[in-house]
Amino acid sequence: MILDTVLTTSTAMVAQTAGLLDTDSFLVSMLLKVALVIGLFLSLPLIVGYMEHKAMARLQHRRGPMFAGPAGSLQLVADGIKFIQKEDVIPRAADKWVFAIAPGMALVPALLIFFVLPFGPGVWAADLELGLFYALAITSISVLGVMMGGWASANKFSLIGGLRAAGQLIAYELPLILAAIAVAVQAGSLSLVGIVESQATFMVAGTDINVWFVFPQILGFTIFFVAALAELSRPPFDMPIADSELVFGYMTEYTGLKFAMYLLTEYAGMVSMSALMVVLYLGGWQILPGVPLPGCEAGGGLFDCGVLGTLIGVGVVMGKILMLTFVMVWLRVAYPRLREDQLQRMSWLVLVPLSLVNLAVVAVAKVVF
Amino acid sequence: MATTSLPGVGLLKGLGVTLKHLFKTPATQLYPHERPDLPPRTRGVIALMEENCTVCMLCARECPDWCIYIDSHKETVPPAKEGGRARTRNVLDRFGIDFALCMYCGICVEVCPFDALFWSPEFEYAEYSMDLLLHEKGKLREWMDTVPPPPALDAGAVIPAEVSDAIAKAEKELEQAAQQAEQAAKQAEQAKAGDAAPKAAARADEPKVEAGEIDQETYDALIAEGKSERIARSKAKAAYVKKQKALLREVASGAGREDEAAAEAPAPKAAEVHVEAGQIDQETYDALIAEGKPERMARAKAKAAWVKKEKARLREEAESGGDAAQVDTPAADTAEATPEPEGAAGPAADAPAPAEAEPPAEPQKKLADVHVEGAGEIDQETYDALIAEGKSERIARSKAKAAWVKKKKQEQLDAGGDE
Repeated sequence: MILDTVLTTSTAMVAQTAGLLDTDSFLVSMLLKVALVIGLFLSLPLIVGYMEHKAMARLQHRRGPMFAGPAGSLQLVADGIKFIQKEDVIPRAADKWVFAIAPGMALVPALLIFFVLPFGPGVWAADLELGLFYALAITSISVLGVMMGGWASANKFSLIGGLRAAGQLIAYELPLILAAIAVAVQAGSLSLVGIVESQATFMVAGTDINVWFVFPQILGFTIFFVAALAELSRPPFDMPIADSELVFGYMTEYTGLKFAMYLLTEYAGMVSMSALMVVLYLGGWQILPGVPLPGCEAGGGLFDCGVLGTLIGVGVVMGKILMLTFVMVWLRVAYPRLREDQLQRMSWLVLVPLSLVNLAVVAVAKVVF
Repeated sequence: MATTSLPGVGLLKGLGVTLKHLFKTPATQLYPHERPDLPPRTRGVIALMEENCTVCMLCARECPDWCIYIDSHKETVPPAKEGGRARTRNVLDRFGIDFALCMYCGICVEVCPFDALFWSPEFEYAEYSMDLLLHEKGKLREWMDTVPPPPALDAGAVIPAEVSDAIAKAEKELEQAAQQAEQAAKQAEQAKAGDAAPKAAARADEPKVEAGEIDQETYDALIAEGKSERIARSKAKAAYVKKQKALLREVASGAGREDEAAAEAPAPKAAEVHVEAGQIDQETYDALIAEGKPERMARAKAKAAWVKKEKARLREEAESGGDAAQVDTPAADTAEATPEPEGAAGPAADAPAPAEAEPPAEPQKKLADVHVEGAGEIDQETYDALIAEGKSERIARSKAKAAWVKKKKQEQLDAGGDE
């Protein structure tokens, strides 16, 4: 339903700003955009996954992968090859069709988010007017795949894992969206590119010091980050998987490629959530607040930066994404898993009221200043 | 316990701890590529110093897994000195440790009273078949090469008795060797100066035979008899040395005799003189026993030596100094071949060939003949000296006894000479 709504509205929407991939030929630009999205979708999760392997190992006083490729950099490729070779086991009692579709159901939304994420000046597939809404709506679909997997496995661990995932995603969707709304209010736009643009011109009230939204909305950023962790079922919020209690939660019965698709969903989710945070709070492809990319001084300050500026811009975005994912890994290493009731309590009794307060304050401030 | 710190400080502390580890060197050891960093006393594998094992079976009995297998047999060792008692000794035939059963408790290493078992840090001896984990003594001996040296003594610690003893002994031997070398040099000089060419040649050629090779025939015979490899080897070495010496002497004396034969009529053959057998040559007998030969063999050889000696004496009398040189040559050889009491215990190569023992110098012969009563007394001086040297009480006592007997004999001899 949500998907349908979004897609029908998005066709009616006019692209706000033309990206670099928008050419005169519809077919060519379409192919270029698909290539960009698929390429990023298949490469970024691998990079983040490798970073997680290595960073987690070093944080735990280990070395991490070392032998697949230089410094173990091809470890996840090797893992992928391994997954392909695995037997595809379907439990006899499983609801076979649902069981088979569920990983794809989780994976496709993770892919679709990449269409609206700006990865640099002009480097995006589509700049929708309702980009933020689209992104958040699409993210919520992933939970369907998780619940389908948990139910169709006909396994009590899977079922509990799936139900926990559903409860967790509903509980944390709310603070996540409320925090994002505050940003949209401050930027006066739901377009992700528009939000980046407004951060480039956002000044501290009464001065001409340029800051990103993370400074006035540090509370919102924290809420968004915590909620994003929970949305992704990342430790310390990985109760749906909770290996010590639930074997592997909703993934217990999955093997081979289907299991790999769930894993890819998780890492792609880390990338897309980090990219959203970069766009909403960390000024997109700006190097520092008030420091435009080289070559961007003309052309509106943000777009049309020339080859060098564009490359640097993409690099800046990737760097910020990697930093945020590193923090996610860091938290995973440092903290133990929460209990299910603690998780729910934290969302409903802490994060939701805080995000409402945050929204109210931002709205008032927007009107006052 | 209420904490006064702000909420969330604990969370940040946790992050700090993990972040600190990010900048530390990983603890991982790259084992198959690099040797692991093992503590020196690692319990990797048990090594056997076979030479130290006395087959006391303590290790096998203490082993909780019963994974040590020992087989042995007894061997008779002739007494080390005259009048001693033959002893039995255990000879190790098999020593196996089944590392498939071993639980690496180390009790066998702890319990070994003779320092025959050691821990080695080697651990890479996994096998595809379980029975290959039963390491026999050859393999256990090889592990010995990987045993690290014992930890150093603490500063100011007393040097262990066995170490200081060994040092003292080595120094003494060095001294003796130096003295012997000096004497040999003097003799060589004298031989050069003197014009008795055949004599000197015979003497120079005589005793020096390099040990190291073995007499294959003897070796094979002993092995066939069921003797252990080690014993067979050492006996075969001795046999080789003996043979070589005999060969050298034959060549030397043969050359000398030919010269004289050309000048004068051939001397009467030793076989021409008839001598009654029955008595033994005590000197030869003692030397053989000291060398570790069995009593029977020593007796037989000593008999032969006596007969030979008697013949030589008779011939000398018959010729009445007619051709002194001919008799002189073997006599000179014998003087040098007479075993010294200390050297008899040394390796076989050093000991002179006993079969060649021929009439010894006059006073010595007399000394052996003198009978002294009362073997219970000891020579206090010798005893004290030995004890001071760090020798065990038993050894000191027996040596002192021997010294006392010798002294008495000398005294009697001197008194007889005066009369």
